[in-house]
Formats: sequence, structure tokens, C-alpha cells
Amino acid sequence: MRNNNNQNVDLKKVSSDLRRDILMMITNVNSGHAGGSLSELEILITLYNSILNIDPQNPSDKKRDRFVLSKGHASPGMYAVLSHRGFFPRSDLGGFRKLGSHLQGHTHIGTPGVEMSAGSLGQGLSFGVGMALAEKIDKLKYNTFVLLGDGECEEGQIWEAAMSASHYNLSKLTAIVDRNKIQNDRFTDEVSSLEPLGNKWSSFGWSVIKCNGHNTKSLESSFKKAISDTTKPTVIIADTVKGKGVSFMENNPGFHGKAPTVEQLIAALHELKFSKKSVLEAGKQMNISDSLLSKISENY
Amino acid sequence: MESIATREAFGKALLELGHENNDVVVVGGDLNVSTFAHLFGHEFPDRFFDFGPAEQNIMSVAAGLASCGKIAVATTFAVFGTGRPFDQIRMQIAQPHANVKIVCSHAGLTVGEDGSSAQSIEDIGLMCTLPGFNVIIPSDGPEAAQAIKTAIETPGPFYIRTSRASSPIIHDKNYKFELGKAEVLHNGNDATILACGIMVSAALEAKDNLLKSGIDCSVINLSNLSPLDTETILNQANKTGAFVTAEEHYIRGGLNSLVSQLITSNHPIPIESVALTSYGESGESSELLEKYNLTAASIENAVQKVMQRKV
Ligand SMILES: [Mg+2]
Repeated sequence: MRNNNNQNVDLKKVSSDLRRDILMMITNVNSGHAGGSLSELEILITLYNSILNIDPQNPSDKKRDRFVLSKGHASPGMYAVLSHRGFFPRSDLGGFRKLGSHLQGHTHIGTPGVEMSAGSLGQGLSFGVGMALAEKIDKLKYNTFVLLGDGECEEGQIWEAAMSASHYNLSKLTAIVDRNKIQNDRFTDEVSSLEPLGNKWSSFGWSVIKCNGHNTKSLESSFKKAISDTTKPTVIIADTVKGKGVSFMENNPGFHGKAPTVEQLIAALHELKFSKKSVLEAGKQMNISDSLLSKISENY
Repeated sequence: MESIATREAFGKALLELGHENNDVVVVGGDLNVSTFAHLFGHEFPDRFFDFGPAEQNIMSVAAGLASCGKIAVATTFAVFGTGRPFDQIRMQIAQPHANVKIVCSHAGLTVGEDGSSAQSIEDIGLMCTLPGFNVIIPSDGPEAAQAIKTAIETPGPFYIRTSRASSPIIHDKNYKFELGKAEVLHNGNDATILACGIMVSAALEAKDNLLKSGIDCSVINLSNLSPLDTETILNQANKTGAFVTAEEHYIRGGLNSLVSQLITSNHPIPIESVALTSYGESGESSELLEKYNLTAASIENAVQKVMQRKV
């Protein structure tokens, strides 16, 4: 399998385009998790364009790198990136959360490129441990990456998995924490003190890297450092902003699981500097409903 | 009569299967000597992973291994391997139809002295609520050995429930386990006893005793609880018109519930149950079975009772 990296794309433009797609997918069905999809976006974009050894035409290649989205509620971000990389057509995106679509509310094994069914938090790192153990047996030289939410680190199973990953010296396993400081109800530190988060991971035997989770260069060098660590599993604590890119969603716990209204969507797309024409064109490509597109057409 | 614990028969079969198939991997939870998974672990240390009593981790790791083409066998005690990681089993094994074989030992009352916290009497109910899961409760050593072999050879999720205590061997060398089939051990006309696990040998004993007073009961080994062999069960309902169910499990959610559901919607007949109606306590296995009425005598009484209810 060849390394199918996508190095020549303008990642800034991809980020901006996918923010538009994510917000439109969510408002289209008036449900879905916007805040975490926007905070994780550059992490996914960096992985899928610059790091993962993957072939969208052959998503079950045995030697592929594995990526597991453990915070399965942040599915719109994942779907936007998978479609951008050609795992399934862009026209599927309008089916998100709709009857008969493969794009379930939470990432699910039926979607091309999705490695694990998720939704109940805390389980993905253990799944990644299983994948990394299989690599040790088969010696296929792939890397395994698992994206965790910060609120998700309140789940006890994360620490069961962390302990076993260092016990088995799974240096080809990398966890990323989307440290956006907000969970469903409130700020993480109001719910359960996670800090000092890096010390917790290092005391469990992990190498710890901290980086700016919205800077693709910073993320890329962190991932490369994690891959080159052949002694320990690595965690990258990615400093992110929930709702990144839209002023009224940023750092706002109200947008964890709530969809933007049509008015909010329009305001957000204006902020992201999209023209009406490009928004309507993207909506058509994604199969966004006619009713939403006509509201955008009237009010943009 | 020769006897062996189903957990031991499982462990020996698993060791053989490890030689036959390199894809078989085993994950355990610090109870590997008790579950007999250690036999595999000693022979294949590179394909054996112990995680301590982290049952949630065990099930998710097994699912991850399965996603990479491994046939993952997850083993611990029934009380730890079903309730605690139920969420992981549901989302990562049942829903994606993962190739994971959960084999849990020390099920039911016969774990004995460890008491009610260790006596798993809800696990069959839990596992039979999962769509697409194969649930097997072997009745003796030969069946346990063949059940795990079948599970390894059949893609998809399995739950196999084994016991701590030795139980009589009721199958001979020619026995062949059939997935999804109810096994008719004896065909009678007056009533049908449907049993699983250690209660199958009790059912055979009850049948022999009842024959002495002229009552001829069918005996069905209902080791395959999910999917259920509806054809064989309904044929028996038609033939004898009276059922007694016998299981080392709580009365709700197990064999009685599954059979009753099938019967009420297809061929209503009277059914009596031999099962637990409460939690247990510490004691020797044989004392517990006696006190909680999981005996051949209880089955005989239930047969007498159900025959009086026949219309
Ligand atoms: Mg968060």
C-alpha cells in the first residue's frame, strides 16, 4: 500500500470549507454536535491529509493506519473529513442523521473509513489497544491513533486502557485529547478537575506532547514525534477551542449538542466569509434539503 | 459416570484450537487459571493478553483485535464478564457483529462458597437481549469443547457459559454439536423437560425416575438459547402439550422466559419452571442446589404439576 498523503492541498481552505459543511449538515437536520466537530477539525484534517497511511479506495487494507474516533458524537467533523478524502461521495453528507443514511448520529461501523462504532464514551482507547496488539502479532507496521474528548477522560475505562497500553509497550499507539475545556453541560473543570492532565498520562507511562490543536503545522510535527517514539505510547494534548471559527459558538457550552438555527447558520457562514453563491452550491453538492437552501437563498 | 467441569473442557479445547488456527487470540482478566485460559496462555504467550480485572477494557480490546482479523476469545467469570462490560459488549461487539467469543465460567449458584455477589444468575438474560448474539450453555464437557470449536469457526459474536463444578458427561464420542439446534435426548409423550447447563443431567435423572411411575417425558438439551430452535420446541409442544423448564439462572430473562415467549405466541400450553426466584448465598454447591430447588426432585415435582394442568 502506498502512502496516500494529500500534501498539496491548502489546509487552511480545507478547514474553512469543512466548517461550512459541518454547520450546514447539522442545521439541515436541526440536530448534531457542532462544538466538538469544530474543535477537532484541524486534528482530523492533519491526520487525514498529512499523517495517515490510508487508501480511500481500499479502506480495509490490512496495512492501513488506524484512526478511531472515540468521541463518536463529533461525527459531523469526521464525516466531512472522510468525504473530503473520498471515502464516500460528498452528496451523502445531507443524509446525516436521516432515515436510511449510513451517516448515523454517532459514527458507526457501516460508514466507509469508520473503524469503530462509537457513541458511549470511554471505549475507543481500549479498541485502539486491541488494534495495536494485533499489529504486534502481525508486524504490519501500521500506527493506531485514537481521538478522545477531554470530558471523555472522566471515564474510568480510559485509564484502564492507558495502563494496559504502557504495560504492553504499545509505542505505535497515539492518543489525542481534544482539550476544548467544555463537555456536555459545562466547563470540564466545573464538572471534574482534569488537570494536571499531562501528568496523569505521564504517570501512566505515556510520552506527553502538548500542541496548538488548530495549527496544522504544530499538529503535524507532534504526530511525527509521536510516531518516531519507539519506546512508549504517546498522548498529544491538543489545546483547542470548542466551536472554533464561529465567534458566538467559541467557548460556549451551549453549542456542545445543540444545532445552530438557520439565522445562526447564516451568521456563521458570513463570518467564515462565504458568498451566498458558494454556500448554495455547496448545499446542492451535499444534498442539503431544499427547504434549508431556500431559507438561505432568501435571507443570506 | 465420568465427569468434568465445562470450564476445563473449554480450556483444553481452546488450547487445541490455538494450534489449529493462528488467528485465535485470548484476552483474560486475572482469573485465567480458574477459567482454564492459562493452558492457551502458556502455549501461546504472544497471542494471550491479561488485563487484570478491567472487564470493560477486556471487551473493547477484544473488539479492537477482532477488527484487525483476529478471532478474539474474552474470558473471565460470568458475573464479571457480562454485567459490568455490558455497554462495551453492546456497542462494540453486538452492534457491529464483531468476531468476539465471550466465554465465561463460574456461572450460576454452583460457584458456591463465594456467595451471592459471585453467583451470576442474570447473565443469560443480559446476553439474550443482544440482537444477533449466539448464546450457548453447554451441558457437559464434550459439548463445551465442541461449542467453542464451532464459535471459533463461525464469524460473529458468541457467549458461552461454563461452570466451576464438575458435571456428569452425558454425550458419547459420536456426539456432534449443532449450532442453533435443540438436542432431543429422549422422546416421550407425557411432558417435555427443557433444560440447559448443569440442569440437563438433572433432567435426565428426573426422566428416569418418572419412568418408574409410568410417566414418559421428553428431555431437550436447550444449550442453544439464542437463536432458539423454534421448530423442535414447537414440535414438542404439539407432541406432549406440557413443558417444564430447568435452568441455573433467575426465572426472568433466561430459558423459561425465552420458551414462554415462543409458546404463548405460537402454541399455548402449560409451563412450569425450575429456576431461581431470588439471589443465593454462601455454601457448598450441592447444598445450594438442594436449598434453592435446582434438583432432579424439583423437576419431577414440576412435571407432576404441569401434567395436572394439561387440558
Ligand atoms: Mg470537550
